[in-house]
Amino acid sequence: MSAKIDVKTYTGFRFITLLCLFILYAPLLVVTVYSFNASESITTWDGVSLRWYTDVFVGPESGKFQQAAINSFSIAIIAATTATAIATAAATAIVRGGTYHLRAPSLGLISLPIMVPEIVLAVATLIFFNSIGFTRGYMTILVAHTAFCIPFAYLPIQARMQGIEDTYEHAAMDLYATKAQAFRRILFPLMMPGIISGFLLAFIVSLDDFIITNFVKGAGVETLPTAIFGSVKQGLKPNIMAISTMLLGLSIVMVTISYFISKWDNTK
Amino acid sequence: MAAGAASGGSAASDTYAKVRHWLLMPSWLVLGFFVFAPVCVMVIYSFLTKEFRGGVIWDPTLAAYDQFFFDRGLFGDGDPTLQWTYISIFWRSTWQAGLATFLSLLIGFPTAYYIATRPANTRALWVFLVTIPYWVNLLIRTVSMKFLLRDEGPLNNFLMNVGLINDPVHIINTNLAVQLGLFYSYLPFMVLPIYASVERYNFTMSEAAADLYATKWTTLRRIVLPAVKPGVIAGCILVFVPSLGAFLAPDLLGGAKNFMIGSLIEEQFKGNAGNWPFGAAASMVLLSMVMILLLIFSRQQRRAGAAA
Repeated sequence: MSAKIDVKTYTGFRFITLLCLFILYAPLLVVTVYSFNASESITTWDGVSLRWYTDVFVGPESGKFQQAAINSFSIAIIAATTATAIATAAATAIVRGGTYHLRAPSLGLISLPIMVPEIVLAVATLIFFNSIGFTRGYMTILVAHTAFCIPFAYLPIQARMQGIEDTYEHAAMDLYATKAQAFRRILFPLMMPGIISGFLLAFIVSLDDFIITNFVKGAGVETLPTAIFGSVKQGLKPNIMAISTMLLGLSIVMVTISYFISKWDNTK
Repeated sequence: MAAGAASGGSAASDTYAKVRHWLLMPSWLVLGFFVFAPVCVMVIYSFLTKEFRGGVIWDPTLAAYDQFFFDRGLFGDGDPTLQWTYISIFWRSTWQAGLATFLSLLIGFPTAYYIATRPANTRALWVFLVTIPYWVNLLIRTVSMKFLLRDEGPLNNFLMNVGLINDPVHIINTNLAVQLGLFYSYLPFMVLPIYASVERYNFTMSEAAADLYATKWTTLRRIVLPAVKPGVIAGCILVFVPSLGAFLAPDLLGGAKNFMIGSLIEEQFKGNAGNWPFGAAASMVLLSMVMILLLIFSRQQRRAGAAA
């Protein structure tokens, strides 16, 4: 069997894979390169400089972007934390709650925000806040983000929990730990990789959201995506490329963290 | 994603069965109040009368749906004929989303297959490379595309420098630009689920096919494809659904002329000129299309699960 034909590889697939990665990265690389352009215009190349990064922090629009960044990050942190806590409780009830009637409807409700198209959810949320007389602003963004982040936090947590056999907490309870102690001291630490992944995913989803935020933000409150969108609508400027590159860097850092966490197996 | 959450696993461990309702309570409250209830209120709004300054009058009517589907002449008293304006926007969106799905499949399947057949030690790195764009802000990716495709942008400069074209190709603000934007936005969504399926595929089946003198392409079509079909369908859903309701790609790359569903809906809620009941009705049509699709999908997956 030494001259066995290779049934796995197909000619051309390697080329398409490289093409795929090229397509995915080329626009991002171009923007990164141009963010270091010294020129006033986005078309001509005038040498390497950090002037647009400086412009983001001290330039004429810096106040707007700073406030938007504060809003974005505070909303993302609060919404992702709340969503992760809610998702952890829900996952415990779904994966460790036995079989019961409310289980399937609960799963349906949790996956609702990712099944409904984002624009529809945005419309529904706007109409709802309007009909109950909520003034649009920071709070409406925060509440909407918390709700739609739940399924994103939930999925990695559920996946993780399913991978942990219940013998661990049973062993603890055989040694007279209460159920609460078994959760706090055994199950929760074992679930940690899933919880961190869930949090990171929820955080990035909140930070990235444009459509829902744009509908529920109201006048005057901006997050980074809505501020960038407003600026791009008036024309592409080099400072937008500098902000984009920084956010790109942040995303890469977060994926890298989440990549290493996924390799972390603490059940052994 | 939807299927992943809907299954919930089969392990019926019941350590925390006694407190399960307390544990579910927060998610029920938050999602019930801020997702389920809003969708219900939107259904009601789609049957209300519009108020001229944006907003509604609590007076039940079918006017919004009527406006969507029928044209009753200038004074609203003519015989109803089919109103093509909005149907054609939906049709264009469906077509654009379908094409984006097809192109993503064309590039995404070989990529997913190639990555899944790499040796275990390099596979993780390939997946990592595909995952990064998946996590990058969609707005930033769309803006990058806009920057790249401009008349005086890097793509045109490059093509002119190599001598392929003499004058810049006008891509921005065309249907083609929207298509490229959709394809670019959701391509990673195609690769990851197919990758997960191919990774679980048992290659001894391909070997068996080869032993029975099947050519490699026959094996791919008749053995591999049916086996990884759930992943392919999941990938198609994950590309098609967000493309159908996309707002950023048509708005930033398509300009005013290349309207899609997302732009049509957004328009209804902007400023005083909007028509909230109509926007709600258009959202309902979109939601119904997606729900029908997901229903067919979940039935398919269940059948695939039963066959396996």
